[in-house]
Amino acid sequence: MTHFDEAGAAVQAALDAGARYADARVMVRRTEAMSARDGDVEDISFDESAGIGVRALVGSGWGFYAVPDLSEPAARAAGRRAAQIAAASASVAGRPADLVPAGAGVASWASDCLIDPLGVSLATKGDLLVRATAAAKEAGADLAEANYSIWDTRKWFVSSDGHRIDQHIRECGAGVTASAFGDGEIQRRSWPSFRGQFGTRGWETVEELDLVGNAPRMAEEARALLTAPLCPSGETTLVLGGEQLALQIHESVGHAIELDRILGWEAAFAGTSWLDLDALGSLRYGSDLMNITIDPTFPGALGSFGFDDEGTPAAKRYAVRDGIWVGVLAGRDSAAVAGLDYAGSVRSDGWSRLPMVRMTNVGLEPGPHTLDEIIAATDDGVFMDVNRSWSIDDRRLNFQFGCEIGYEIKNGKLGRMLRNPTYTGIGPKFWQSMDMLSSETVAWGTPNCGKGQPGQIGHTGHPAAPARFTNVRVGVHG
Amino acid sequence: MSAELRVAARVVELVRELAGSSAEAEVMVRHDAEALTRFANSSIHQNVASATTGVRLRLHAEGRTTGGSTTVVDADGLRALVERTLAAARVSPVDAAWPGLAPPAGLHPSSPEVGSFDEMTARADPALRAARVRDFVDAAGGLETAGYCRTVYVSAAFANTAGQAVEGRSAEAAMDGIARLDGADGVARLAASRLSAIDGAQLGARAAAKARAAGTPAELPPGHYEVVLEPDAVKDLLENLATFGFNGKSWAQRQSFAELGKQQFDPSVTIVDEPLGSRGEPAAGLPFDDEGTPRRSLVLVRDGVTRAVTHDRTSAAQAGAESTGHASPYSRSWGPQAGNLRLEAAGLPSSSTGGTGSVAESARPMVARVARGLLITDLWYTRVLDPKSLVVTGLTRNGVWLIEDGEIVSAVGNLRFTQSYPQALGPGRVLGIGAESVLLPESWGRARYAAPALHLAGWNITGNASG
Repeated sequence: MTHFDEAGAAVQAALDAGARYADARVMVRRTEAMSARDGDVEDISFDESAGIGVRALVGSGWGFYAVPDLSEPAARAAGRRAAQIAAASASVAGRPADLVPAGAGVASWASDCLIDPLGVSLATKGDLLVRATAAAKEAGADLAEANYSIWDTRKWFVSSDGHRIDQHIRECGAGVTASAFGDGEIQRRSWPSFRGQFGTRGWETVEELDLVGNAPRMAEEARALLTAPLCPSGETTLVLGGEQLALQIHESVGHAIELDRILGWEAAFAGTSWLDLDALGSLRYGSDLMNITIDPTFPGALGSFGFDDEGTPAAKRYAVRDGIWVGVLAGRDSAAVAGLDYAGSVRSDGWSRLPMVRMTNVGLEPGPHTLDEIIAATDDGVFMDVNRSWSIDDRRLNFQFGCEIGYEIKNGKLGRMLRNPTYTGIGPKFWQSMDMLSSETVAWGTPNCGKGQPGQIGHTGHPAAPARFTNVRVGVHG
Repeated sequence: MSAELRVAARVVELVRELAGSSAEAEVMVRHDAEALTRFANSSIHQNVASATTGVRLRLHAEGRTTGGSTTVVDADGLRALVERTLAAARVSPVDAAWPGLAPPAGLHPSSPEVGSFDEMTARADPALRAARVRDFVDAAGGLETAGYCRTVYVSAAFANTAGQAVEGRSAEAAMDGIARLDGADGVARLAASRLSAIDGAQLGARAAAKARAAGTPAELPPGHYEVVLEPDAVKDLLENLATFGFNGKSWAQRQSFAELGKQQFDPSVTIVDEPLGSRGEPAAGLPFDDEGTPRRSLVLVRDGVTRAVTHDRTSAAQAGAESTGHASPYSRSWGPQAGNLRLEAAGLPSSSTGGTGSVAESARPMVARVARGLLITDLWYTRVLDPKSLVVTGLTRNGVWLIEDGEIVSAVGNLRFTQSYPQALGPGRVLGIGAESVLLPESWGRARYAAPALHLAGWNITGNASG
């Protein structure tokens, strides 16, 4: 069963109502999530959402309307409504809107999936979370929590530029967290990431994590952190694990290269960017080791797809090459405003939300070293990994991250465990100090990237490996 | 009976038919009509609306619990929801923490009458929102502007197999915008239950005045500063206290600082959750929660003493307490959170003559009493470093000024802070609370907060624009 007819009816209705361009997405999404605590299942939910979202361009004004009704009459009504809203936009009009070409028109794509996550029995999935939390509890956790989430999304996209694209995207992931309560503070360790690891893959993603096997170590480390020395304050050499570096990329590169932010479209909420388009192609973002790609074709990563939500085919592109800023995350309209000839990074988190510029897979290409080599080459420094907190200013320059665990590095070896490790810095200065980069890349998934008003949750991927940075301020405490 | 209550009753019937009389079920049906007109670079660039009806079912059968939802609300869709949820329940693990259903209970006497919402707000068309955007842009006097104007209408009903059946409707409006000048931003926000209460011109003028006053900022070194927080910044304190401190699940799991009956705040601090509205302002939300528990006003802090935390039925059962009406679709996982906090204003008189100056009206008398300190408009990207002590890091935004001898002497560049919020509000640390609470919208969701300005003895600045 397809929904091209309903999407096509909506597009035609918008055109008939005066739109010069229109597109429509029918989306049907099933989600499943479970959480467990201290050896018991805590919550299970199954959600189904189906509807159509229509986007219309009248003059230079956009309008969007969405309804959870997949009948053709409802779709036509939604198309007309989108055009009416677009006409209202023209009353406070901006510069003329144009669209760069979006490529091929008729296509079908499905993500790779070895084990259908919705096909795995609930008993099997529940048993996994129960055993993982029980194992952490037995190993000394005061609180043990685990969760998994599954998204199964089918989309039918039609545009007045001739697109007819359907996609089937399956995503899932899981994680386990152990907390230890001390006198006035809580220490936490998470495996493999602070919110779990996620990918555009099947249940094999979760099976590979070995939650049960790693849970006891998380509990032991959380308890050990309660009595570990506080991360010292000062400027030092910082080695970051790949999981933390993934969020560093997300916050201080991924959001900064979003073209809608650069153009001021997010100024009031998400913010702008320190990047100026005049410097595209010449600005030094980081050291020569820094090669950042925008790559929705990365196999199995959480930001992978066949086509974005404007119908642009997935393609790999450099954002930073040899340390120089060379590319942005763009949509068809923002690219036209900026005078660029590519789009491909527009997505919405459901049929009821407007597609907007979002990260896909924004990651760091592998370096020449290993983590062991990086540690061995460091006389004095701090190693930190697994994110605990993140904060960055509205221009994506001034950041502060906290990690779950740290270790001092002395004479090329890991030393004492450190409690409450934090570091802070300014984006380009930080990235220009990167002098060693590992080849041990993992495509970390971020399933909770917030942006837009009304708010949207994006799924993004971040290939990253451990790396070393010099002269970084660490140990910022309240 | 509303369409939503009919759907809820139908789902309850289906549960009885398919799962038998021993099954327990609760059903929430919501129709949300949300419209948001967004502007940037002083023109409307995103203009969206959606009308969504969703059904959420939680089913407890043979000791096992599952939840499910759908937006497919025809007969087949509802039957499929019940069948799917029941099938999942049968193979789910035993739920030892099931708290049972809310018993039949009428809405709180102070709940608004069904149908008392503002019809014009509920039915606002894009032209009405665009007119407010035009007013905001024009009032900024040529400064670049960005923001949104939003209207929301909700009609919802709840029913469960224990016989509880309630319904309600609400409407709300909000506007949030900035004006920008040479890299300096000023902000103005307002939430209301009527779109007619949103004056785009007044907000635009206020944002522009702030932006004009924020130019040529100086850079200050990190350190402890006495501060005056404007209502927008105070809103962030209330949000984080609601999410982490007064969260009944966090409290039951010993992850919250809250200790009931203990003087944890300055005696001038009283914090109340007001889901039914107050001060003549109708509620923006529903008069019952997602478990059908009637909502009511809840005093969380009275005269500096922590009095209560927020509960759904699950966290209440864990704590040996009663639900306070804070269940949400996510409260079993994330804990029940207050969404309508008010920090009670104090009687500190304003010496101002009103208008739309660069300093919030209720903050002006506080500024006059600061020997050396900071006036902070807004806080941004705040994240918790430790949930127990509620140490938060974040940045200032939309205007910071240095105060010396009661006068604003210069604008200051944005600063990073790392600060325990309960400690900042602790006994002896609150030097003044403004006379006027401003109703402010949450930037991300639909919670709203009534916040006055605050004068605090100390705030830990840990970085500046240089890092």
